[in-house]
Amino acid sequence: MGHPASGGHPNGLAATPTTTVKDPGKGELAAAPQSNKWVSWRRLRALCWKETLQIFRDPSSVLIAFFMPVLLLFIFGYGINLDFSRLRIGLRMEDGGADATAFGAALCGSPWLEVHAYESRAAMERALVDSQIRGFVVIPEDFSRKMQQRGETAPVQLVADGSEPNIAQFVRSTVNGVWQTWQMERGDERGEALKREIVLEPRVWFNPSAESRNFIIPGSITVIMTVIGALLTSLVVAREWERGTMEALLASPVTRTELLLSKILPYYGLGMTSLLLCVGGAHWALGVPFRGTVLALWVVGSLFLLSVLGIGLAISTGMRNQFNAAQAALNAAFLPAVMLSGFIYEISSMPVFLRGVTHIIPARYFVSSMQTLFQAGTQWKLLLPDILMLGCTTVFFIGLTAKLTKRRME
Amino acid sequence: MSFFSRIHALVRKEFQSLLSTKSGRLLLVVPVIIQTALFPFAATLEVKNASLAVFNEDRGRASVEMMQRFAASGAFTRITPVWSGEALDEAIGRRDALLAVHIPADFSRKVATGEASPVQVILDGRRSNSSQIAFGYLQSVLDGYLKDRAAAAGRVVPSEVVARNWFVPNLEYTWFILPSLVAIITTIGSLIVTALSVAREREQGTFEQLLVSPLSPEMIMLGKAVPAVVVGFFQATLILTAAVFIYHVPFRGSLGLLYGAMFFYALALVGVGLFISSISKTQQQAFLGAFVFMVPAILLSGYTAPVENMPMWLQHVTWINPVRHFVEVVKGVFLKDASYGRVFSLVWPLVVIGIGTLSLAALMFRRKAA
Repeated sequence: MGHPASGGHPNGLAATPTTTVKDPGKGELAAAPQSNKWVSWRRLRALCWKETLQIFRDPSSVLIAFFMPVLLLFIFGYGINLDFSRLRIGLRMEDGGADATAFGAALCGSPWLEVHAYESRAAMERALVDSQIRGFVVIPEDFSRKMQQRGETAPVQLVADGSEPNIAQFVRSTVNGVWQTWQMERGDERGEALKREIVLEPRVWFNPSAESRNFIIPGSITVIMTVIGALLTSLVVAREWERGTMEALLASPVTRTELLLSKILPYYGLGMTSLLLCVGGAHWALGVPFRGTVLALWVVGSLFLLSVLGIGLAISTGMRNQFNAAQAALNAAFLPAVMLSGFIYEISSMPVFLRGVTHIIPARYFVSSMQTLFQAGTQWKLLLPDILMLGCTTVFFIGLTAKLTKRRME
Repeated sequence: MSFFSRIHALVRKEFQSLLSTKSGRLLLVVPVIIQTALFPFAATLEVKNASLAVFNEDRGRASVEMMQRFAASGAFTRITPVWSGEALDEAIGRRDALLAVHIPADFSRKVATGEASPVQVILDGRRSNSSQIAFGYLQSVLDGYLKDRAAAAGRVVPSEVVARNWFVPNLEYTWFILPSLVAIITTIGSLIVTALSVAREREQGTFEQLLVSPLSPEMIMLGKAVPAVVVGFFQATLILTAAVFIYHVPFRGSLGLLYGAMFFYALALVGVGLFISSISKTQQQAFLGAFVFMVPAILLSGYTAPVENMPMWLQHVTWINPVRHFVEVVKGVFLKDASYGRVFSLVWPLVVIGIGTLSLAALMFRRKAA
């Protein structure tokens, strides 16, 4: 153990106990009472120091806590982009008339479309099958003639690649938009009152540029925190059970509370450091504005981190085998944090049953409060319900671990 | 002992360690079933059950008709009327509504006189993809209404866009998700099996025993590769079966072509898994290493967000991502009946990746063995 007094603050990670734990038995390491009521500050510090050393000795935990957040922020910042800047579409002009040419030019002029002209329809269809284009427009040969003729409607054919439903939606609405603008301008030029009587004026709130990065980054922080909290802890603790070092610890005068705290505090420190890294990186490096206060971030972050730590600890205490614990943590903590937290996929679009399931997933509340903190600022009125639920999940999962540990100890 | 009987013995041993315990067997099947049952409903960008808040200051006929159209369209399950601008703002702030519509007091009067009447629509930018799609729904419902009004007044629009979707006519998301899931779940399964198998032996000390046996490092690798490929094929078949028979997604292409491509994909994955386990000392390192590869690979595969939206240089980087090519293969063969030429253009990168990672892993193993 060396000098716990001087060694207890590696990077300040284990310094937190001073504020959270009472100090009843100073200097009584050997004579500390065996009862569960007491927490020996020195013993706890020594245990935390051991955990911290273990964290920093294994390159994989450093990889997960510091490299992974940077990598994920980068991926979510640049790779995951749901805003279509340039949609590749094909164009086949079967008509060379003035109106057809004008509409073709309008399509090519749209900043949202990358238009490729095709000489034959078959080649264009093949390009759609091969995913080289996401849709195509055919202007049929009698288009210009029908446009000129009163009482007749000239159709423009639009085919979208339905195998990418989200892209298909954007292809349709973009081409429709170009067509509408073109028609109105054409009407204006010819002096025809072809006005649309009702015009929808969209205004985007919270995120005026409508960049999906700004809402995905807060969500991706959730994924990173889940990985540190649940995946890393479950592996580490399962290994202690697997190798029998846990039994050795249990045979020592260490109390259950100390044991739990010694597993929670170092990883809490690691997770919070990583959280600061994520938020700082998002704010300064990626330019996603963080509008909340540090206090609010600390409250929300702590509660969520403690919940996922609870999940990780409960899984590993229950499984006692690394391979199984890792698989279980992947399925019980990581995948729900990606799929059911609402950070990419809308909770309101899910069937009723799944929406019910999301209520017991801590990531859901963390995602929504992080999005609030990033985009709307510290609005306690919006944050309170999430904080309350996170408090409940924390108590539940830590309590579950305590109960499982107790059973193991008896 | 001949080459084949040695490999045979090794493969048998691998399968035994994989399937000997009940929890081991369950972990190969149960997560796949749960994922296939849940993800098609969860992992969707489709906008369903969207809610609309409306502040209507107008009492005229046009606004009532327009609102009736919105209600009847089925695109919005909940339409909440509010009575002040503040309440409208709050509905967006509290996420009670995805879109908020404000109809001004002179709306119907303007529509009646043929003036352009503006209707303000507030989109929740925190959910920008969904709110933009929902706005698209709103726009198309309005287009229908305007067209009917024009027809009733005896006016004919000079042209219109006739839109159709190929391959998935009604844009069902499950048709898009299930083929992608075949690729993604198989990735998780076979990668973890390979990455952890070597690390577990190393942690338990049995790897040294393998190395002093008459088996060459390449033979050990082959012995580790076979079970992973088998697990991958098994899990893929499970999801394919569920997709076709439970979800009724039409399988349009050639099964042989799909499984052929899958073989090369599995080899590429095994290469990655063996490489990770060759550089890790413990199971923790192998698992987290596999994870650090897997998450970016799946996220950048084009499943969560299309590859073409990425910056150009990143699109080039994703060429080395095996998941990206295979997701395209499965979707192409499954939904579009992709041609041999197209599939070949996606498979040869997999072959290159496989050769690269397998030889790297062999190099690392030989260094460990020496």
